[in-house]
Amino acid sequence: MVFRKNSLYGPVDPAAETGYDPHPPRKGFFTDTSVCIGCKACEVACKEWNEVPDDGFGMLGMSYDNTGNLNANTWRHVAFIEQPRRSGSPEAADGGMARAKAPPVELGMPAMGPDSDGATDTGHDKPDFRWLMSSDVCKHCTHAACLDVCPTGSLFRTEFGTVVVQDDICNGCGYCVAACPYGVIERRRGPEGAKNVGIAQKCTLCYDRLTVGEKPACAKACPTESIQFGDVEELRERANERVAQLHERGVMDARLYGNDPEDGVGGTGAFFLLLDEPEVYGLPPDPVVTTRDLPQMFNRATAAGLALLAGAVVSFLGRRS
Amino acid sequence: MAEAHPVGFQWVMEAKKRGAKIIHVDPRFTRTSAHADKFVPIRVGTDIAFLGGIVNYVLQNGLEFRDYVVAYTNAASIVSDEYVDAEELDGLFSGFDPETRTYETGSWQYERQEAEGSAREDHDVQRETASAMQHETHGISVDGEVLRDETLQHPRCVYQILKRHYARYTPEMVAETCGVDPEDFLEVCRAWTENSGRERTTALVYSVGWTQHSVGVQYIRTGAILQLLLGNMGRPGGGILALRGHASIQGSTDIPTLFNLLPGYLPMPNAEQHTSLQEWVDAVRKPGSKGFWSKAGAYGINLLKAYWGDKATPENDFCFDYLPKITGDHGTYRTVLDMIDGKVKGYFLLGQNPAVGSAHGRAQRLGMANLDWLVVRDLFEIESATFWKNAPEIETGEIVPEECRTEVFLMPAASHVEKEGTFTQTQRMLQWREKAVEAPGDCRSELWFFYHLGRMVRDRLKDSTLERDRPILDLNWDYPTHGEHAEPSAEDVLKEINGYEVATGRPLSTFMEMKDDGSTLGGCWIYTGVFKDGVNQAARRKPGSEQDWVAGEWGWAWPANRRILYNRASADPSGKPWSDRKAYVWWDPDKGENGEWTGYDVPDFEKTKPPTYRPPHGADGVAGLAGDDPFIMQGDGKGALYVPQGLIDGPLPTHYEPVESPFRNPVYGQQGNPTRKEYQREDNRLNPSPREGHSDVFPFVFTTSRLTEHHTAGGMSRYLEYLSELQPEMFVEVSPALAAERGLEHSGWATIVTARSAIEARVLVTDRLRPLRVEGRTVHQVWMPYHWGPGGLVSGDSTNDLFGISLDPNVLIQESKVGTCDVRPGRRPTGKALLELVQGYRDRSGVVEGQYAGVVTTGPGADGIHEGDPTGEGPSGMSRRNGHSGDRAEGQDEPGSDDAAPEGS
Amino acid sequence: MGRSFLGWPVLRQLSGRDPLGRGPAVRSARTDSISPRIATADRVAKSVCPYCAVGCGQKVFVKDERVIQIEGDPDSPVSRGRLCPKGSASKNLVTSSMRQTKVRYRRPYATEWEDLDLDVAMNMIADRVVKARNDTWQDIDADGRKVRRTLGIASLGGATLDNEENYLIKKLFTAMGAIQIENQARI
Repeated sequence: MVFRKNSLYGPVDPAAETGYDPHPPRKGFFTDTSVCIGCKACEVACKEWNEVPDDGFGMLGMSYDNTGNLNANTWRHVAFIEQPRRSGSPEAADGGMARAKAPPVELGMPAMGPDSDGATDTGHDKPDFRWLMSSDVCKHCTHAACLDVCPTGSLFRTEFGTVVVQDDICNGCGYCVAACPYGVIERRRGPEGAKNVGIAQKCTLCYDRLTVGEKPACAKACPTESIQFGDVEELRERANERVAQLHERGVMDARLYGNDPEDGVGGTGAFFLLLDEPEVYGLPPDPVVTTRDLPQMFNRATAAGLALLAGAVVSFLGRRS
Repeated sequence: MAEAHPVGFQWVMEAKKRGAKIIHVDPRFTRTSAHADKFVPIRVGTDIAFLGGIVNYVLQNGLEFRDYVVAYTNAASIVSDEYVDAEELDGLFSGFDPETRTYETGSWQYERQEAEGSAREDHDVQRETASAMQHETHGISVDGEVLRDETLQHPRCVYQILKRHYARYTPEMVAETCGVDPEDFLEVCRAWTENSGRERTTALVYSVGWTQHSVGVQYIRTGAILQLLLGNMGRPGGGILALRGHASIQGSTDIPTLFNLLPGYLPMPNAEQHTSLQEWVDAVRKPGSKGFWSKAGAYGINLLKAYWGDKATPENDFCFDYLPKITGDHGTYRTVLDMIDGKVKGYFLLGQNPAVGSAHGRAQRLGMANLDWLVVRDLFEIESATFWKNAPEIETGEIVPEECRTEVFLMPAASHVEKEGTFTQTQRMLQWREKAVEAPGDCRSELWFFYHLGRMVRDRLKDSTLERDRPILDLNWDYPTHGEHAEPSAEDVLKEINGYEVATGRPLSTFMEMKDDGSTLGGCWIYTGVFKDGVNQAARRKPGSEQDWVAGEWGWAWPANRRILYNRASADPSGKPWSDRKAYVWWDPDKGENGEWTGYDVPDFEKTKPPTYRPPHGADGVAGLAGDDPFIMQGDGKGALYVPQGLIDGPLPTHYEPVESPFRNPVYGQQGNPTRKEYQREDNRLNPSPREGHSDVFPFVFTTSRLTEHHTAGGMSRYLEYLSELQPEMFVEVSPALAAERGLEHSGWATIVTARSAIEARVLVTDRLRPLRVEGRTVHQVWMPYHWGPGGLVSGDSTNDLFGISLDPNVLIQESKVGTCDVRPGRRPTGKALLELVQGYRDRSGVVEGQYAGVVTTGPGADGIHEGDPTGEGPSGMSRRNGHSGDRAEGQDEPGSDDAAPEGS
Repeated sequence: MGRSFLGWPVLRQLSGRDPLGRGPAVRSARTDSISPRIATADRVAKSVCPYCAVGCGQKVFVKDERVIQIEGDPDSPVSRGRLCPKGSASKNLVTSSMRQTKVRYRRPYATEWEDLDLDVAMNMIADRVVKARNDTWQDIDADGRKVRRTLGIASLGGATLDNEENYLIKKLFTAMGAIQIENQARI
């Protein structure tokens, strides 16, 4: 068995790579956080369509974020980041680099100001304040570690180039959970009575809807087109144009995340326009597919693997008879 | 807007993408502010000062759209020389009577116009009946010719009066009053004016929190003045848009479930002024006035025919006598206080949860606990159905289930997909919903419930010979039913609303077809046309992508499918568009026989009346409207910068402090709206404002609004997993400075206290709230959502429990967007200790049983309460009697009502 | 008879273009036959969101007389197919297990609900309406003015109801002489 070039790393067309021929153009999301209004329609529309259970009812104190992070019961997650900036600070000029040193989530604790009561004589020393909102989702990586490590073939690449769990195959081993560089996929632990408990769960990019030409539920609901669905190639162009447009308007903080086929996961099918460093949104700055070094490891293990395969054939025939 | 109307906000984001500048003025930084180019924080309750400042900026710099203003508004009209402005009378307009706290409006009238006879008594009655709302919709009455000075130089013309009235609303005054940076303020002024005029228009979008103030109507009036001055009314991209909060709240105002209105904004008759059909009709059509209200007789008679069918004849005045008469304030707050006083037997709640959603939740619940019976129709077991087992008053011992006699029926309701019918949304558009499935179990529509309730009541009275039962027995109530549950046909009801020819059943196409001889009937004249040509126009669904930008073939908008009201104003007086860019409706001299109005929308004007038309001397009604009078529902055809009649609290908006404020009014000796409606009772005590002293006991300002993730009182959101998990707990937002001052911990608990109640909430310390500098000192504002109650998947205390009841005098809507409070760290006490905590605050703040602060604080009528004398003496007693004399004016026999409210103190 | 031996994933994997078993080779039969439930709905009702007053278009998908999906109607010029979180939760609203589907009755001084037949409840309510009206009827008020009404019956609500419903509510109450008829528009 030989790995083709870029099977596990670098730019590649993932559907073709996995053997779909012909196949439709690769589909994905471009999430433009600069127009996200934090309404969470995506979270709800996703749950309604995919019958994802609730994720518990606790207030987190993280601005308006009460779902916390992507997990088995939250496939779309809207982060809220409150960023006070004093006017006249150097941040506007340096593209926000200084701000990146701040904690990723501003907990809104009392800030030190020139005036103890926060209001000056004129009331005009306003903090130049930003409230960032961003809807996160599974990245549908070009090189998806979750899929590469899945021993059962539950996780698979679709003809649209997306990565989907087959609930009927997954045995809940959890290898994928540790493999995901973004911490997206997770085994469902509850609530009681929910379907697929114990099974690995994450965004399917609404695979079923795609088969009849419908948009994923989140993208369809999004009131402001913050979540855009389409052909990845076209979305990447659109994203580049949007960044250029924002730069032109003086929004120098705008940058893309996940759109680069040369990055550690070969680019993502779901990528983002951010207004600050990825860490600020709770995203890893430089994710690398955890199976990047797998070929070397795998070649050393080939002999052992073939022996196991022979055993598996016997076992399979025995089970079916 | 992003918070409460996210899908509507898509159009703002679209405009932003095209380069529009977005300015957001709000007490707190919201999801809307996050996308604004400019966020301007403002002190709650100072909007008239802010907008008045912009009016002043426009007038001082001559930035009004002069051609529009001269031709289409009453700027040139000359006002009586007896008029004295509030600027000269320390916050009161001429004609004020401190005894009744109402105005005699003779001095407000236009020059040479006869003043109405007993205007003061009028206002007394008007406040009691929210009839200003009726007046406003019916337009001002203008009898005969008004003196005008189109150079706008006459010292008593409206333009000059306006200019003098707002001259003191300088950027410095705005900064001082609103806590707004003068530079920020000027940026708003520049943006608004630069984006208005011939080539450009600006839209003013407000959410109905604006109405929830003791000066709510005047807030909106100030916006109207500004939009008229800048020529933004009746034009595309302009206007004033109320973003209303419920699917059919516009519909429930058009076809009102409101005590003072009948369908189509016809007034509910009152026993004093509307004793006959003719009086009732004349009160609306105002003989001699211009405009389409002149046909009020036909509108009213068609309604009576729709109600009583064949029994309504010209000989019996179309059963006008069957209409019950109002005699005063029968609004929801007054009714709840009457429940506490034991005067109401039965109460229906129809998809409404006042135990959480109405101001002064405790009063709401105590009222419900003192009924004979209560019928709650809802999708879920809401708090208003369960007050007898989980109201906060159970814990304090104020409601004891075993002693509470109220019989409760919780009747499950059908959802929006389980019945068919129309909503009328915020843009006055009716949209028909198809029924998807049958409702489960005992769930039924309101249509079913009320049709069958009516049938059963009629059945019980069928042998009655009592005169009082005739209106029920003679009622036109034969609606065909279908299906297993005998559901009435919503489409048949809509046909009746639309109206038809009695003899043939042919649906009317326009309200102009309504006759006043009984040959036609129609339940709501402004909806006539929704069944034009026998087709349910509200069910039209031509895709937006296949239509122009007006999209006139989606649904149906009243009146006559017009999408922009008063759109004649989108053309200049000669009938040409003001500019190509803003062309909308114009006169085409080559169309039809002698020319016609045409354009993208249905012209809001007589189709063939040319711009050059001038009414013959003495003409009134529709014929009295000139070809360049675009405001066709107004008595003079003009947009009203100044309102000579119809408003209780003055012809011009002027700044008053909220009823509860930590500040003295910086502009006038008159502190608050002098004409506001107050119920001065022990169970409705208000926090003191500065002149009364001890206002420092409640040093902070609080306000409340919605979260995107919830809906109003939570009845449609706190019971859903997918919404509850997104905002699971009641919280209060405070600034870091206030948190430091009061020792509040982020994610910890705080208790918020007013003279009514104390509630607890989780603390969100955030820079989105910041202290403001007002009148030389710092004011902290806190914000809370109001969605929680003890029921549902997620529960919490109710913000509305903090509010008392004081009302705008024009429309009797409560001030529930601003109050004063204290904020303390930690959870609130429970049981009796909660009552003790609140009582302690009352004692410290000088709230003394039986004594009330005066409302009038300037002029000869000002009572004797001074700073440092919070208990007051005689004058407060007088004021208290005044408060109740208003109640007595309603003429009911109410022994003991003066000392109502045995509990709570 | 299930899949043939040749359908066994490992053989598909070894023989096809998906040697690593990450695509076509590992697709289950269920995956191959996947179809979104909106594609197999029996019918679609055109509706309107019941929450705020923007008036977003909704498509209600029905299968076996049950609502299986509610999503935005792209044809609507108001909303262009989009919905906010509340609108998106509409199916949760109408299919919630917390919905009240049976009449509940609380007797005076009781501490618990009881069940009540719908017909019985309707008759009881009709009786109470007639009685409250009779007990509180006013032909004239204290000042001798003709009023022809009852102040004993009040109502609040209607802003989430249909125009047709509000019309019947106002018509019936007005004929009965009940005037304290109010809704959210006053609040």
